Amino acid sequence: MTAAVETETGSTTVTAEAAVRLTKVGKTFRDGGAPVLEGIDLNVAPGEFVCLLGASGCGKSTLLNLIADLDKPSGGTVDVPSGRAALMFQESALFPWLSAGANIDLALRLRGRSGKRERRAEAERLLELVRLRGAYDKRPHQLSGGMRQRVALARALAQDSKVLLMDEPFAALDAITRDVLHEELIRLWETTGLAVVFVTHNVREAVRLGQRVVLLSSRPGRVAHEWYVDIPQPRRVEDKAVADLSVEITDHLRQEISRHGR
Amino acid sequence: MAAETAAGAGTAEAAEAAAAMELAGTAKPAGTAEPADTLATVEAGLDALDATTEHEVSRLIRILRSAYPPILAIALILAVWQALYLAKIWPDWKLPGPSEVFTSLKATFSGGDAWTAVGHSVEHGAVGFAASLVIGTPLGLLVGRFKPVRAGVGPILSGLQSLPSVAWVPPALMFFGPQPSMLYAVVLLGAVPSIAVGVVSGLDQVPPMYLRVGRNLGARGLASVRYVLLPAALPGYLAGLRQGWAFAWRSLLAAEIIVQSAQLGHSLGFLLKNAQDSNDMAGAFAAIMLILAVGVTVNQVLFVPLERRVLKARGLV
Repeated sequence: MTAAVETETGSTTVTAEAAVRLTKVGKTFRDGGAPVLEGIDLNVAPGEFVCLLGASGCGKSTLLNLIADLDKPSGGTVDVPSGRAALMFQESALFPWLSAGANIDLALRLRGRSGKRERRAEAERLLELVRLRGAYDKRPHQLSGGMRQRVALARALAQDSKVLLMDEPFAALDAITRDVLHEELIRLWETTGLAVVFVTHNVREAVRLGQRVVLLSSRPGRVAHEWYVDIPQPRRVEDKAVADLSVEITDHLRQEISRHGR
Repeated sequence: MAAETAAGAGTAEAAEAAAAMELAGTAKPAGTAEPADTLATVEAGLDALDATTEHEVSRLIRILRSAYPPILAIALILAVWQALYLAKIWPDWKLPGPSEVFTSLKATFSGGDAWTAVGHSVEHGAVGFAASLVIGTPLGLLVGRFKPVRAGVGPILSGLQSLPSVAWVPPALMFFGPQPSMLYAVVLLGAVPSIAVGVVSGLDQVPPMYLRVGRNLGARGLASVRYVLLPAALPGYLAGLRQGWAFAWRSLLAAEIIVQSAQLGHSLGFLLKNAQDSNDMAGAFAAIMLILAVGVTVNQVLFVPLERRVLKARGLV
């Protein structure tokens, strides 16, 4: 059985309002080299939670870099109507020379927020939002991996972007911490109304979190398949519906990978 | 585009989805009752378990702990020295004993020569090093940040770094005459390449990840340099400064030993050369000890604590 509704992508949603709009996006790193991404059409609606899934070499991170404007596409257009998209990385992306609070403060300052006291209050509020009250003066190395990622999340929220891009943010965490952060992320997503593009190679994580799971093929990365996940939150990784859909998606992923072995 | 259409399977799939929803709902009856509380408490528990407890050792104990191995080593060297002296392998004027050197040292201090010499040399060293800092830092930034500059100037810097700075003494003397400016020229030529190379390697060690994060946060151009690049390169830069000081001090002493003049005054190099001229081995050893003491003191009082503080703040110690 499946809990997903498979739909046609692209054409039907192009005209609708979008938080991220990718049209025929391609990326080649070297002239004459093999394309990393090819013909990606993908729209993310405001407030939508989309998981990008794929094996290695599918260009997931490259795609996020394009959306985050850290790199330019070789072809097609990348449009983020609300402006800059906030990006969160796998690990250790907090600046180690700044305290947890100062990391958030820097994001606020670079966003153009003036007023030291106002920024401090805002940073404290964001830390409280990720349940890290009192961690303002802690250095990143004094925090656990899970706490660091929550600070990183707070820093990303400080960018006040309408789009949050996450590049395997929980891949380096232990299972229990990851589980808790899944719940935390969904809670924050529901309260902030952000559009989230979450990259992972973990099928269950994708199904646990996303409203939509997009499977990318590898070399070149293309949208191979997508599923709408109609399982209501709160979900758990252990839920049968999550497991069943994960099996189905994993089968597709394996087929995708097998093509390269032939 | 690539996705399947589910038009045909619509009703069946919808029914299945509904069943799955129910399943998901019944799978966690407790979770829906008080999710926020549970999450908060579990999270607080995880945080408490994961929190690193920092073991603070008192400053005195730390200093004692780090001091006794070198003290032991020095005592050992003194013992060997004393033994060699007592064995009378060489005559007194070739190898004076520790006590003779100590007496000579005491005499230098009581005569006032030692303080004057240390004062002059430290002053020259400090001014020369400060100037090297002001020149070497932007030079390193230029070489580290701009590829054409690096391609052109980089090899020259490494070459200069390997050139013994004593080689600059004769040309500097001919150019400036026996003036302090000649000392500074030699110090600069010795320390600037070293500091610049330190900046370059500090910049090279900055993880590209930080620059990407900075860009995403909105730091571009100068803001990126100020908020990301420079703080990230700081540990490498400090290591470069330390090495720069060592080069400055060495170059200065080379120049002081070779060149003496009324304008340069009494310096540590002068003290050493003077001892040689009067065939005073004990005096020479005393001068070397003073030179060593200044070098070690500056390192331990200035650079080591500075580096330690920076590294500790980043959890790198």
